Parts: sequence; C-alpha cells; structure tokens
Amino acid sequence: MKFKSWIGAGLAAAFASTAALAEITIGISIAATGPQASLGVHYKNAFELMPKTIAGEPVKFIVLDNASDATNAARNGRKLVTEDKVDVLMGSNGVPATMALAQVANESKTPLVTLSPATLSPENFNWVFIVPQPTELMMDAVAKDVKKRNLKTLGYIGFSDGWGDLVYKATESHAAAGGYRLVTNERYARNDTSVVGQVLKIIAANPDGVIVGGSGTGGALPQIALRERGYKGPIYHNHGTVNAEFIKVGGKLAEGAIAPTGPVVVADELPAGYATKALGAEFMKRYEAKFNLGRNAFAAYSYDAVLLVEAAAREALKKARPGTAEFRAAMRDALENVKNVVGTHAVYSMSPTNHNGMDERARVLVEVRDGQWRLMK
Amino acid sequence: MTFDIALWLGQDGVTNGAIYALLALALLLVFTVTRVIFVPQGEFISYAALSLALLQAGRMPGTVYVLVIGGLVAALFDGVIAVRAGAWRRLPRIVLVYLVLPLLMAAITWWAVPQKLALGWQVLIVLGLVVPLGPILYRVAYQPLASASVLVLFIVSMAAHYVLTGLGLVFFGGEGLRAPPFSDFQLKLGVLTISAQSMLVVAATLVIMVLLWLLFGRSIYGKALRATAINRTGARLVGIPTGLSGSLSFTLAAFIGAVSGVLIAPITTIYYDTGFLIGLKGFVGAILGGMGSYPLAALGALSLGLLESFSSFWASAYKEVIVFTIIIPVLVWRSLTSHHAVEDEEE
Repeated sequence: MKFKSWIGAGLAAAFASTAALAEITIGISIAATGPQASLGVHYKNAFELMPKTIAGEPVKFIVLDNASDATNAARNGRKLVTEDKVDVLMGSNGVPATMALAQVANESKTPLVTLSPATLSPENFNWVFIVPQPTELMMDAVAKDVKKRNLKTLGYIGFSDGWGDLVYKATESHAAAGGYRLVTNERYARNDTSVVGQVLKIIAANPDGVIVGGSGTGGALPQIALRERGYKGPIYHNHGTVNAEFIKVGGKLAEGAIAPTGPVVVADELPAGYATKALGAEFMKRYEAKFNLGRNAFAAYSYDAVLLVEAAAREALKKARPGTAEFRAAMRDALENVKNVVGTHAVYSMSPTNHNGMDERARVLVEVRDGQWRLMK
Repeated sequence: MTFDIALWLGQDGVTNGAIYALLALALLLVFTVTRVIFVPQGEFISYAALSLALLQAGRMPGTVYVLVIGGLVAALFDGVIAVRAGAWRRLPRIVLVYLVLPLLMAAITWWAVPQKLALGWQVLIVLGLVVPLGPILYRVAYQPLASASVLVLFIVSMAAHYVLTGLGLVFFGGEGLRAPPFSDFQLKLGVLTISAQSMLVVAATLVIMVLLWLLFGRSIYGKALRATAINRTGARLVGIPTGLSGSLSFTLAAFIGAVSGVLIAPITTIYYDTGFLIGLKGFVGAILGGMGSYPLAALGALSLGLLESFSSFWASAYKEVIVFTIIIPVLVWRSLTSHHAVEDEEE
C-alpha cells in the first residue's frame, strides 16, 4: 500500500519533468515486519534520509517488505526486476532472505548490494556485493584485544544455530594469530530460560575470557549468568549484540561487555582524522534527530549501499542509460572496481575476488559504559 | 563434575522444573476437562511476563488491545446467538463480562502506566489483563467446536497458538524484555546461593498445587470439573453445564500461565515466543506423568527440569534433543505396561 503511493509519486514525477528520463531505480527488499523487524526498521528508515539525486541523476527507491521471510524476499526480488525494471537490487537484513535475493540477482543479471553478510559460492558471487563486515573481520578485532591482554584460554557460548556456528568458526580462525585456545563450545537457544548449566561448565574450565555468540537481547542471558556466578574475566560479544535493548535487558550486569562493531556507532568518539569519522558522525546525527531510536549500525549499512551505488553509477552512466541491461552490466563492472569509496562504516575498495572491500578500519571495539555503548579506550 | 556443580545444577533444575510443573498441571486440567491439547498455554506466560516488564518500564502493554479486541469478538459471538434466540435477558451479562470488564481493565492499565505503582499492584494488573484471555479464547476458538474430535481441537490449538504468537510479535516486538528482580535477597546455604526469586517460584508452585487440590477436593466447581473430566456425558446428565466447565478450566489455565509468567519475568529474558517452548516442556512433563494424574505430571515436569539442567552442562548443543527424545522411551514403556484405557469415543 505504502509502496504503491511511492510508485504513484514516482510516475507523477517522471511525467512532470521530461528531464527525468535517465532516472536510476533501486529496488529494496527489507524485513520491515516480522521477527527481524527490530533491525529491519533501521534499514528501512535510512531510505528516508537518502539524497534525491545520485551521480547527477534523479534516483527512485522502491522499498518492499519481505516480512522476515526468504520466500517473500525472492518474490519481491522478481517483482522488482520484472515489473519495476530496477537497475540495482538491495536487501535484506536476514541472511536467508539475502541468499534468496542473490539467486534472483544472478538469474536476472541485476547487481545486488546486500545489507546483511552473506557467504556465497563462486558461481553465485558474480552479481552480488556485500556491504556489512564479514564475521571474521569483526572477530579479528576481538582476537587482537585478547592478544593484547595476553589471555591464553577462552570459553565459548553461542546460539545453537547458524549464527552460533559462524561466530565460533570466526573466533577459531584467529586462534593461532591471537595466541589463544578455545576451551569450551557451549550452546543455548535465544528463548531458553536458563544457561546455568553451560555457565557452570565454563566456570569449571576457568578460562581467561569468554566469547558470546548470541545476538541482540539474546546475548544478555550468558552475560548475566556469568556475572551472577561471579565470573570476573572479560566477556566479549559480537557485532550482532550491539543495540540499546541488550543494555536495557542486561542492566548493571551488562557493564563492561565488549563487542566489535562498525565505527559509525561511536563516530563522534573516534580519533580525529579517522577516515570514516566525519561522514559517520554526520549520518548518525541526522538519523538520531529524525528517528530518535538510539545508536545502531544498521541504518548506516543502507546508507553505505547507496554511496557504493552512487560511486559505481558515475562510471556506468558513461557507458549506458539506466533501465537497460547494458547499464546493469556496467553497474556490476563498476561496483567491482570501486576504489577508496568513503562510507559511514568503511572505506570500500572492491576487486574481482573481493566483493566486500573492507579493511581493518571497518571495525572498532566498543564496551558498555554507564549504560551506553562507548568506544573502548 | 564436582558435588558443588551438581548442587547448583540441581537448584537450577528445580526452579525450571517448578515452572514446568505448573504448566503441566494446567495442560492436564484443560485436557481432562475439555479434551483440548492446549498448545497456546505458553502464550499466557509470554504475555504476562512481557506485560509486567513493560508496566515496570512505564510503557503500555499491548495485552490491553488483545484483551479488548478478544472481548469484543467473544461478545459478538454470544450476542448474535442470544439475539437470534430472542434471549434478550442474556445480553446484559454478555456486555458486562466481555465488554465492560476488559474495558475497565484497559482503563485501569492506562491509568496505572505512568503511576509507577508498587510491584504487587502491577502483578495484580497483569493478572487482570491475562487471566480473562483464557475464557475469551475458549469462547471464541473452542466452544463452537467443543464436541469435535481431539484431533480437530488440537488443530484449533495450533491455529490459536499462531494467532497469539503473531499478536505477541506485533504488540511486544522481536526483542526480549526482562523485569527487574522482586528482591535482591539471597540465601547462603553452604556453597549454594539461592535467590529470593527462585524460592518464590518453588513456593508459588507449591501454593498453587495446594489450592488446586483444595478446589478439586472441596469446592462444588472443582467437583463439577472432575465429573466432566471423568465422564462428559454423565456429567451433562446430572446437570453440569459442560460449557461452564470448559470456560472455568481455561480461566484456571490462564491464571496458572499468568502466574508462571510473572514469576519467570525477572529470572530470564522473555521473548514473544519464549512461552511456547516452556509450555511444550510442561506438556512433555505431563506426558512423562502419563497425562492422567496430577502428582505424576508434576513429578514428570520436575524430572524434566533436572534433566534439562544436567544435559545443558554435559552436552549443551544436544540439550533440546535430549529433553524431547526422552518422551519416546517413556511412551514405549507406557504402551507396553499400561492397559489401554478406552479413549473417549468420537461422536
């Protein structure tokens, strides 16, 4: 319903100005409702802060809701490609929905800029560009801190699902470089009522630190249980946990929790001269002023996706007109070759083998201090 | 594993098991009286826990809307039947029970949200919001099909579960909430520290069990429920309105669910879908007890809590697998040893 009025407005605008022939159309599928909506809302809100023109051409955003469902995401993708003839696809905030979109992107030869991490086989990789930080990059920040503090053994407790596995593997992959050993691999479910058993096992193993592979408020249960049982060592979370709700649920016991995240979350605390500081701080200020939903990394991914598209469109417009298959192919080639595009999260430099293009500047460690996520000193 | 760890695990298991035991009792009660396998039982827990957490945070719990809209639907159901039958005298009661009471609760809640009342009052408000959902749910979803087969009633239960979970997601959102603890008091007992919260859980479970025992043993309503449970047709023949029994058993189930929710809200993070899993474990507990006897169901649920606690220590990745597969050997053993009682006939 909402998007129909969008199209209506878009058509009206198109008819009103004859100059708008080269309009760039971006089709977005996001989980604005359903279980993933608490993050999806941020991704969606960001599109209200986007510029009206990119690379000198008018731009139209068509935002569809996939209700946190991968099948809907695929349907949205097909609709956007066939009916709206979009030049670029974007979405979604859940990995399964993103994978569904990736399939549509490859079939229809439309570039997809993903808003969630995605692991793709080489044949599905071609048309897909990934904005968020890979989990390995995020956990690398944790591994470096573990090394700095000279922690030798780490306990692990994570979700009993794909996310728990992903964080565990990412942590394990840095073990040699970080000089630590994982001594437990405990699992729990987001809606479990107790993690006492797992926490006792960790405490019995007496590790120097603990890594939690949960997300959102789900990360609070082990944090609280560990502190209640008197665990004194540092507790590391992952980037999925960095939101205001985690602190609300964790209360006093959340203090001191450490997590990696995109620098945009603490943009105004970054040292002067940090590559993404200016843009990130400005975006966060605008976002908080308009929506007042607390700091988070998610809206900024949408913003970076559009910045990447803008950078690529500057090149692609030299070769073809928007709305054509040639333009979509030119966009793909241009996205693959963007260099030093400064976003809110990272400085992106892509290549044929690297469709994410981030480096170590794309993550920082934050900790809960006085009931807020703050840059770790 | 040391003895200390075993003690701690035991304490955790008893706390969880006590909650499962409450739910097992509620499920058993509903099943024996109405033959409904009450899947949405767990939703009352989520609704109550989240409502309490929201009240304490000074926000309006969405349960209010569910209650008012549900009451409206139930009133329409009964109202249309009454008007068609020309039984105008029934209307005032329908309006009072299904419209005035929910609206009154909504008004009280609306007034109470900014007041930051004492915890006891907030708990009462939560009970007032959640308990009426039981009879409303029975009226809307089950009463029209009260004589259908167990399977049909089970399918209705699944539908009701999805509707209530969906509404929970809409009104409470996808992230979890946790209520502040009722008291920071902790009892040191050797190596154990027992929080006031977990003592309260066990105490409340015992109190509710005694109350149920008194209700069934002493009161006329309890006896009517028992009679309906033992033989529906016979109960109807001696003049027990089975519709009333159904409504009453759902009210009790909602009450038990709401109390469990209030008790568990400060212990763990509650999501809109947490209750389902807790309810399911209560159900497994009831099955372990043979789905027929209250003490056995409570015992089954308690053992399940202990099993869960110990398996989360030994093999946390397989915890749910262990907890839910235990049902298979128990069912095999029961079907081999027990004489197959005559199931209530399909009409």
